[in-house]
Amino acid sequence: MTVMPVVKPELSTKVSVRNLDFFYGDQRALKNVTIGLHTNKVTAFIGPSGCGKSTLLRVLNRMYDLYPKQRAEGEVILDGENILDPRVDVNLLRSRVGMVFQKPTPFPMSIYENIAFGVRLYEKLSKAALDERVEEALRGAALWEEVKDKLHKSGLGLSGGQQQRLCIARSVAVQPEVILFDEPCSALDPISTAKVEELIDELSQRYTIAIVTHNMQQAVRVSDFTAFMYLGEITEFGETDAVFTAPREKRTQDYITGRFG
Amino acid sequence: MSLYGSRRRANILAAALCWAAAIFGLSWLVMILGALVYEGAKGLSPDVFTQMTPPPGGAGGLLNAMAGSLIMSVIGVAVGAPLGMLAGTYMAEYGRYSRLTVAIRFINDILLSAPSIVIGLFVYELMVARMGHFSAISGSVALAILVIPVVLRTTEDMLLLVPGSLREAATALGLPRSYVIQRVAYRAAKSGLVTGVLLAVARVSGETAPLLFTSLNNQFWSLDLNAPMASLPVVIFQFALSPYKDWQQLAWTGALLVTVTVLVLSIAARTLSRQRTSK
Repeated sequence: MTVMPVVKPELSTKVSVRNLDFFYGDQRALKNVTIGLHTNKVTAFIGPSGCGKSTLLRVLNRMYDLYPKQRAEGEVILDGENILDPRVDVNLLRSRVGMVFQKPTPFPMSIYENIAFGVRLYEKLSKAALDERVEEALRGAALWEEVKDKLHKSGLGLSGGQQQRLCIARSVAVQPEVILFDEPCSALDPISTAKVEELIDELSQRYTIAIVTHNMQQAVRVSDFTAFMYLGEITEFGETDAVFTAPREKRTQDYITGRFG
Repeated sequence: MSLYGSRRRANILAAALCWAAAIFGLSWLVMILGALVYEGAKGLSPDVFTQMTPPPGGAGGLLNAMAGSLIMSVIGVAVGAPLGMLAGTYMAEYGRYSRLTVAIRFINDILLSAPSIVIGLFVYELMVARMGHFSAISGSVALAILVIPVVLRTTEDMLLLVPGSLREAATALGLPRSYVIQRVAYRAAKSGLVTGVLLAVARVSGETAPLLFTSLNNQFWSLDLNAPMASLPVVIFQFALSPYKDWQQLAWTGALLVTVTVLVLSIAARTLSRQRTSK
């Protein structure tokens, strides 16, 4: 089923997924998915567990490449280039499409190194410029004030919420174009969640964002567009307000009101 | 209440058995160490560290044996540890899902539990018989072969313990695989990797059988890798079996030295790796 949104003229599409199928071995996890992520907008993916939300996200940066027997068919166009093409440099692609995971994953190194590490790989910066980049990223992730005096302490010593913001800072520091959030707040307390949501809002001014969430309120709060997925298909997609106030599909209605059986 | 009471009694009984087993096991260790320290310390003197192994009845020390052990162990670990680490890295990272890994793991487990005398004989056939004489280099090769399976196994195990989410996070930043492994996976598994190398050092520094067939022994000071070389385990073996009191004493002292060296090494490496990770 192809459900295209009503695209307003000022919106441009950053990532365009066309007729995407995804397989775990013989099992088909995504069925003919077609959707566009708009530039500098937040698109939320909601739906029951196992519906393929995370799978879709993992196609967008080709994370599935790490595992055998996982394959995608169809097209994912990022700025005019099909990223599913085997000739695509996946490392370069991943530096353009960042990802933040469900559980915070700080590297076993200092806070500073956690951020500088990825930057150094793609850019040759002077010490001063690198320091500046690290500070900018930490400020961007609303973490600077909390860690500025312990930049050279281990990132593992931070609280869960701080670790997650460190991971966001790390993704932002390499200056990607798209950031994928895979249930970024599911391991966080409400205060940290609020901070991360605020952050996503700010980041959407500069980045194209996709977020998978199980939290309906969160989808309403942070996203501009919402896609409802069910059994590997996108069954409804549109502006978040429209999807939540007047869903076209009964299933969407049932899910967002918690009546899903 | 009676159900609770019987559970309580079962708990006390189980705990008592655990304690008894632990004490029984540890008491042998303490007795061995006690005997070693008691007998070994009697022979400790500066001569031990400055003199060569003596003929029966003469005065002497263990200098040549200590040097030989050090040289051969260092070469063995220097050759075997990188090989084991690289192979373990292949198995845990690049070849995690390949059949080759399953085959290597199976063969490695056999190698790991193979009696070391078999390895001694293998190297004897491979090197000593062809060269026509015993040599330190063949001893080093035998030790290297013993190091490989130990290091390979721990490297693989430790890397497999590194959560996949950490690898994914590093990959998501656009890091090439080699970076993910070197900078993230190795770092996360560091203390385990160090422990693996240490286990290997501990294992080879006490090995006698493979050296009997390869480096044999040498009563004199020798740094020639192409000639027979003394080593502490072989000297201990030879001296302990001898009827001479002074040789037996040197054997005790040598055994004490080997044990203390391994102990100091493990404590040092453990504290080192712990300090670095907690910083």
